[in-house]
Amino acid sequence: MNPDTSPGNAPVFAVKGLDVHYGSSLALKGVTMDIRPRRITAIIGPSGCGKSTLIRCFNRMNELIPGATVSGEILYHGENIYAQGVDPVMVRRRIGMVFQRPNPFPKSIYDNVAFGAKINGYKGDIDELVERSLRQAALWDEVKNQLKKSALDLSGGQQQRLCIARAIAVQPDAILMDEPASALDPLATVRIEDLMQDLKKDYSIIIVTHNMQQAARVSDETAFLYTEVDEATSARWGILVEFGETSQIFTKPSDKRTEDYVSGRFG
Amino acid sequence: MNGEPVEIGGAGPGDAVDYWGGSRLAPGATLVGARPSRARVWRNRRSTFLIVLAVFLTLVPVVLILVQITTKGLSAMNLGFLTKSLPFSDTATGGGFLNGLIGTGIMVGLATVVSVPLGILGAIYLVEYGKKNWLATLIRFFADVMTGVPSIFVGVFVYTALVIKFGYGAVMGAAALALIMMPIIVRSSEEMLKLVPLELKDGSYALGAAKWQTVTKVILPSAAPGITTGVMLAVARAAGETAPLILTALGSIQLVTKLTGSPISSLTLLIFNGAQQPYAASIARAWAGALELLVLVLIFTIVARLFASRSRLTK
Repeated sequence: MNPDTSPGNAPVFAVKGLDVHYGSSLALKGVTMDIRPRRITAIIGPSGCGKSTLIRCFNRMNELIPGATVSGEILYHGENIYAQGVDPVMVRRRIGMVFQRPNPFPKSIYDNVAFGAKINGYKGDIDELVERSLRQAALWDEVKNQLKKSALDLSGGQQQRLCIARAIAVQPDAILMDEPASALDPLATVRIEDLMQDLKKDYSIIIVTHNMQQAARVSDETAFLYTEVDEATSARWGILVEFGETSQIFTKPSDKRTEDYVSGRFG
Repeated sequence: MNGEPVEIGGAGPGDAVDYWGGSRLAPGATLVGARPSRARVWRNRRSTFLIVLAVFLTLVPVVLILVQITTKGLSAMNLGFLTKSLPFSDTATGGGFLNGLIGTGIMVGLATVVSVPLGILGAIYLVEYGKKNWLATLIRFFADVMTGVPSIFVGVFVYTALVIKFGYGAVMGAAALALIMMPIIVRSSEEMLKLVPLELKDGSYALGAAKWQTVTKVILPSAAPGITTGVMLAVARAAGETAPLILTALGSIQLVTKLTGSPISSLTLLIFNGAQQPYAASIARAWAGALELLVLVLIFTIVARLFASRSRLTK
């Protein structure tokens, strides 16, 4: 199971010694990992271990939180997105994100999908782009006759697929998903998971999930984060305990903490 | 207990101490058919009565004002009142407050054009840029102080700042009204902008939107219905102001459409002047003017409510 290092399989993201602070308190310490293209990478771990913090580093969303500082490197196709002079707006145009709670804009379905294209000055046919994105997000057949309807009239599962369509429409090459199914019912969850398998052909996907079964079902590689506690100050921060093929993490974990977590002994 | 109605709080045979103050169902009692205790029923009725009484007492003056203005106002209200200006003499019947309506329209319109964009931009600064820095805190503090300042002070301020140099006129009146409207618009828009969920902003930023794009394309449209409500209320407030106009617009018996160089009237000034006269015809016109202003403000308020109920954020 050696990672393929051929040129076509060069990592999309190479995380090197990533630390995140909120104010003066450390939230995430020393994360180093490579994200491979066109695969699904799951980030799992107990609550408060920094999963969301980590995923928000990949498109520089953390700096929208006052007081958040990031040190270390994330190389995106070899280029450090935290280097001086890199515009976070340009980073976010290449790396899409889907959030925990569906957050469609209070606009029509069409305008939601067209939003990214319009603000980015897309020159092509927006109608065609909207249709293609909705088809890719497996939502087209359900909404094709009501594109002018408010996105807020859709069900939660449909809203989340709309958010995925909205992210795809910007034509990113990586999609970050922060617990995309945690606010959805089981059937809607299955649809999102099926959709991820389809999207994997074209996109690199990173997913944060609370749900270990979900991580085992959908992902190719899994990162296990855990909380470290400083007994003296009772300060807590997240560390990357283990990262590898999902099958290996769930069947032959090399770290005792991973084994305890995936076998349900805590968390 | 054989299914008989049971009184809640009636101590059962096993109850040595009544820890629950008689508020608990006795052990073994059935819920079906259980009656609440008389004391609780009485407390409930008394509270309900007091609340209804309070609502009634609050409504009495409002209803009296509405009835008074409507009945007295309707007696002098006709098409001529809406389309004619004051007659040549206070003692003459007929004529109307067209000059006041136009003056109010010009001054409130000017004040709106100035204060709405500035007020909304100020609110955007407070919520999205300044947040809690010293400048934002200062602006917020002075906006609050300005909302509480008696409007005659605003009139005095504009009088010393503008009127002494440029004379009475519509622009001076509008300046005073704009100063009154601005803090209301800033603070109400700020509250509406704060209600825009963080998730929506995150969604916009995650799609590669710059901050100004997020503000103009997501935040403002989402908050627009609420902001509109605040603006309408500020407009209604300005349309009803008298004191600041006395020192800035002064009032006129003629129909004036000039923006500067001539005193101009407003509905409120004509009501104020008309009601002071000892002549029946003049006083009747003041009542009709009050009705006209009331309907005007009512229309604004209804439009504001319609916008608020269409708020897409609360959906």
